[in-house]
Order: sequence, then structure tokens, then C-alpha cells
Amino acid sequence: MSFPWAKQYEPKAPLMRWLDEKLPLPRLAYNAIGAGYPVPRNLNYFWNFGVLAGAALLIQIVTGVTLAMNYAANGGVAFGSVERIMRDVPAGWFLRYAHANGASMFLFVVYVHIARGLYYGSYKAPREMVWLLGVVIFLLMMATAFMGYVLPWGQMSFWGAQVITGFFSAIPGVGETVRVWLLGGYAPDNAALNRFFSLHYLLPFVTAGVVILKIWALHIPGSNNPTGLDVKGPQDTVPFHPYYTAKDAVGLGAFLFLFAALIFFVPNLLGHPDNYIEANPLSTPAHIVPEWYFLPFYAILKSFTADFILPAKLWGVLAMFGSILLLFFLPWLDNSPVRSANYRPTYRAFLWVLLVDVLVLGYVGGAEAIPRNVILGQIASAYYFAHFLIILPLISASERPRPLPNSITEAVLEKHAGTSPAKTAMA
Amino acid sequence: MVRAISYLVGLAFVGVLAIALIGTAYSAVTEPPPATAEHEFHRHPRDAQLASSGAFGKFDDRQVQRGFQVYKEVCSACHSLKYVSFRDLGEIGYTEAEVKAIAAQWTIEQPSINPETGEAATRKNTPADRIPSPYPNEIAARAANNNALPPDLSLMVKARHDGANYTYSLLTGYQAQPAALLREFPEAKTPQGLHYNPYFANLNIAMPAPLTAQTAVQYTDGTRGTVDQNARDVAAFLTWTAEPKLEQRHAAGLASLAFIAIFCFLAWGAYQNVWRDVEH
Repeated sequence: MSFPWAKQYEPKAPLMRWLDEKLPLPRLAYNAIGAGYPVPRNLNYFWNFGVLAGAALLIQIVTGVTLAMNYAANGGVAFGSVERIMRDVPAGWFLRYAHANGASMFLFVVYVHIARGLYYGSYKAPREMVWLLGVVIFLLMMATAFMGYVLPWGQMSFWGAQVITGFFSAIPGVGETVRVWLLGGYAPDNAALNRFFSLHYLLPFVTAGVVILKIWALHIPGSNNPTGLDVKGPQDTVPFHPYYTAKDAVGLGAFLFLFAALIFFVPNLLGHPDNYIEANPLSTPAHIVPEWYFLPFYAILKSFTADFILPAKLWGVLAMFGSILLLFFLPWLDNSPVRSANYRPTYRAFLWVLLVDVLVLGYVGGAEAIPRNVILGQIASAYYFAHFLIILPLISASERPRPLPNSITEAVLEKHAGTSPAKTAMA
Repeated sequence: MVRAISYLVGLAFVGVLAIALIGTAYSAVTEPPPATAEHEFHRHPRDAQLASSGAFGKFDDRQVQRGFQVYKEVCSACHSLKYVSFRDLGEIGYTEAEVKAIAAQWTIEQPSINPETGEAATRKNTPADRIPSPYPNEIAARAANNNALPPDLSLMVKARHDGANYTYSLLTGYQAQPAALLREFPEAKTPQGLHYNPYFANLNIAMPAPLTAQTAVQYTDGTRGTVDQNARDVAAFLTWTAEPKLEQRHAAGLASLAFIAIFCFLAWGAYQNVWRDVEH
């Protein structure tokens, strides 16, 4: 794997030589995220977001494991145990706010990461497997985030769990039985809370496992880049370390700055006030809304208001899951040989429409269900499916891409036209 | 093959959405959603101007103490504060002796067990105790309040949008139902036993005005005990009960941002240095 000109790991200290013979872990790290991994020299800041997602996962695991030491997964005391963390556990407020806002930061960087992949065609051959594993991680994250939101056992926790597990009752015939079986009761209660806690603790480690597979799969073709061109030779790449470790450190700093601003100054900005009211099965909140990162999908679910052959609810659930599952087929729906949207004017125009479309869906997902918003959501949902399932295959067949540069290095030099060629010769 | 299926699935979703859209548009025209009194007469909270608001906010201990006095003399008759312990009052400036005295003199005693007979009993509160609830259970609370349950106030400020301002506005917002409302929505007349308050979500709240010009709490620190002042102070106190670590959080936040800013500066320098010879 990797390129023939990749630097080789050469341990100098006797201990490292000894370790390299017995367990070549430092060699693995060197080749994965060290100087042994050649990376295109022209990556922009959008390529920071993979590393940031990894950092966010790590932060979630560390804060989460610590919180679990103080949390009690029992319907009678869960809410109180969270308040104890906030008031009596040393730095407990920090751990909880970091974990709650960490989920938002994690989803945020992953959304940017996915958008980056869409824009620069990172899902296309030869990186299909990297993309597929990424979609698996996204699904795992969504499940984990949902179950984590249930744990404080506030009103939104409880009613969110009620709504989400209600999806299963849309399955024709056996739906209600499946729902009761999954919940361990007719409504979310202790059994469901314990299941969610168990899975909420398990899934991040499954995610970490898939992350390792994803990095493995990435290292076979190597990273994509803003031109979408293949690496042609050593002049096109720089070693990951120190070049991209340095650049990622800048991105990490910006990420932590934003994260800290959220935790310390507006920790409840992205939460819902109702979740500071203890779960009460007898009192339904006026508006049940999920966390911000699920709002576009919630809008798709709500947009299906008409029974047509299938009941509206089943359409909504199918469409909501379908809106994510269709990402698995993206590498085969879009078979334009050009990766980067920089050279695909039509694709790029539609991609910007998609971005606006998803933001509109996000707005509709959280807004009141007045006719104007419902209609807006129905149009936006229709575009979402049309974009991926109809428009994308059509334009990938008909579009005339702009002329591509011959190589990554040529593209870089064009950008910096007028500089001396001697400076660009890379070791 | 993938494309043929993709077109079909895409058309199916778009088609069903088109049908749904026609249905939505049709019913929006034929039966437009009725205007409601809540929609027209509900008001957004007014600013309570608390010292704790904003990124650098700190509690004004004297105000929070006055708010505690209002809670003790008025609110605590019906509302519990179950996540707050007497010892926590040390954080808003009471000395250890004062906390002990407040706990010992609290009207509602702590439920306990008679050590000799094992029968249910009560004892005086200590600083380690949580502030006891005025009612032994929910049924008792409802029975005493016309079947309405006075909610616990510990987290109230975080459990409402714009909670501190909401608390202040609600407590000062009691008024007679506007004539315009009754003219437009005769069926929205405040029912017997409820009280009109434009800051409450559905405009009619079960709690009667707790602070009135006659019953306003008088302070010992020289501040004039008006209804408006009482409401501001109790909003400040409930901000503290909901978020007791607010000051530590703000202080730690400033230190963290400064630290991260330095990190960013160094990382940027390292980045410039590492890449100085490479066009990218």
C-alpha cells in the first residue's frame, strides 16, 4: 500500500529496534499518520475535518467514560444523578457540558467532512470503500447520539425516545410487536433506558473500530485532493508528518476554541429547555423536536402527509432512512470520471442548491407545522431525493467538465505563477 | 441497473411528496388554521437585567440572598427546591453559622425515623440536608392547590426559554384579561380558578399572583421591597439554583480561551515554518 517513494521507518534507538522486531506498532503509526504516509501537497483546510472528527470521538469517549462513573441508568434516579454530576461531582458540570456539546461538535465536523467529500468527489473510485465505511460511521454516530440524548431522562429524552422507537411500529403487521420487544415494554421505561445506556457505551467503540478500518482503506489509494487528480509522482506529495500534523494542529486549535466557547459561555444553546424537566409519561411537551443535527431528517419524516398505497407514516419512515441509505449508492449513481466539483460546473451548481436545501430542511424540522412550513419541507424533501436519485445520474452522463490540469503540482504552480521553480522542488 | 432503480425510487418519493403537497395546499386553502389567543397575546419576556447574564456575568450575592429571602417567605410555601442543599447557601455568601441557623429554623422539617420506636418522624434540618419539600407527595400538593402541581423550582430557569427573564416577567405580568382579547376570542376567557398572564405559554396560569403590592417582601439590607424588585431578586436566586457553577464556568472559560488562543498562535507559527519551502 501507499506510494513507492514513501519514507521507510528506520528505528535508531536499540529499544525501538527491539520493539520493531517484536511488535511493530511504532512502524504502523509511522506509516499511518507519520512521515511514512505521502499526502497530496495541495490539501485545503477542509481536509482537517477527518482528523477533527477523530479528535471529537476521542473527547466523547473520555468524557463519556468519566460521566458513566457517576451516572445511574434507572428511570427513578437518572435525572437526579445527572443533577448530582452538575452540582456535587468535582468538575462534573464541565464533563457533562463537554460531552453534550461534544456531540454537537462531532456531528458538525462530520457534516462538513461529508460535504467536503461530496464537493471534491472523495466517494468516487478508488475510494468507494472509504466512503461506505464513512456512511456506516455516520449511522453509528446517529444511533449513539440519539441514545445518549435519552440518558438524562428529561422530557425531550423520554418523548424523543417515544417518537423514534415509534418508527418501528410503522412496519406493516409486526410493527407494534417489534416496537414493544425493542423497548422491553409498551412505553420507554427502565428496560429501554438500560438498553440505551448499554448500547450508548458500546457503539462508540464499534465506531472506533470502523474508524480504524476506514483509515486502513484510505491508505490504499491515499487521500483525495482539491483537484481530484491522482498522485503522479513524489513531487505531488509531502509526508503527512510534519506537514499535515502542523496544519491539523491549526485546525484543532480553531475547533477547540469554538468548542470551549460553547461549553463555557453558552452550554445550553443547542439543547432544549424541556430536557431540564424530568421525564413525565403523563405530560406531552407542546413541541417534540430532536437535536439540531437530526432536524433535516425529521423534516423529511414529517413531509410525508398523504397515504398513497402505503400509509403516510410508513412513507415518512422509509424516506427518512432512505435519505441516509442512498448515500451507500452514491459512488455508482454518479459515474462522472472527474472527481472535483471545481471542474464540474453543472454538478457544482446543483451541489450548492443541495446545501441550501438541507439548511431549509433543518429549519423546517425545528419549525412549527404551519402549512407554509409543511409545503416548504415537502418541496425541499422532493429536491433532496431528486438530487441524489435523478439529477446526479443525469448530469454525470451529460455534463461537459472543464479542462483538468495535468497534475497536482501543475495546478499548484499555476496558482502561484511567477515563483521560482527551485523552491517547488520537493525532497 | 442501479440507475434504473434509482430513477424509479426517486420518482416514487417525489411523486408521493407531490401528492402530499397538493393535499397540504388544498387543506391550507379550504380550512386555514384558526388564529388563537395564545398566538396573538403571548408576550416575550422582558429583560430582568441580572448581573449573571452575559459571557462575563457574575452573581450579585446580595441580590441572590434577597432572592433567597423571597423564596423562603413566599415561594417555599408551595414550591420545592429539591436539588439544592442548605450547605449550598454558603456559595452565595452566607457564613457557616448562618447556614446552620437557616437550616435549623426552616419551617418544614426533614422526614426521618424515630430512633427508638422506628416510626416515621421529623427532625430539624442540617446543612447537609436538601431543602425539604412543602408537601409530602404529589397528591398532597395537588390536593392543596386546586389539583395543580406547583413545580420544583431548582431548574426552572434552565427549563424555560430565556428562563431568568421569563421568571421575572411572569411574576410581574399578572393583569386583567385585555378587552381586545375577549372581543376577538370570547371562548378564550380565563376559566374560574386560573389567572391571566401574557408571559405564560397558554396565557392562563394556575398560580395566583404570588407577589402583590400588599404582600411584597421587605428587605433588611435597605433595598426597597417592591414587587418588581422581589421578582428580579427571585429570578437572580433561581438562576443560581439552576446553574450554581456559573461563576466558575465563566472564569474557567476565559482561562481556556486564552490558553487555546496561545495554542492557535503557536500552531500557526509552526505551520508557516514547516510549509515555508513548499508551494501548496
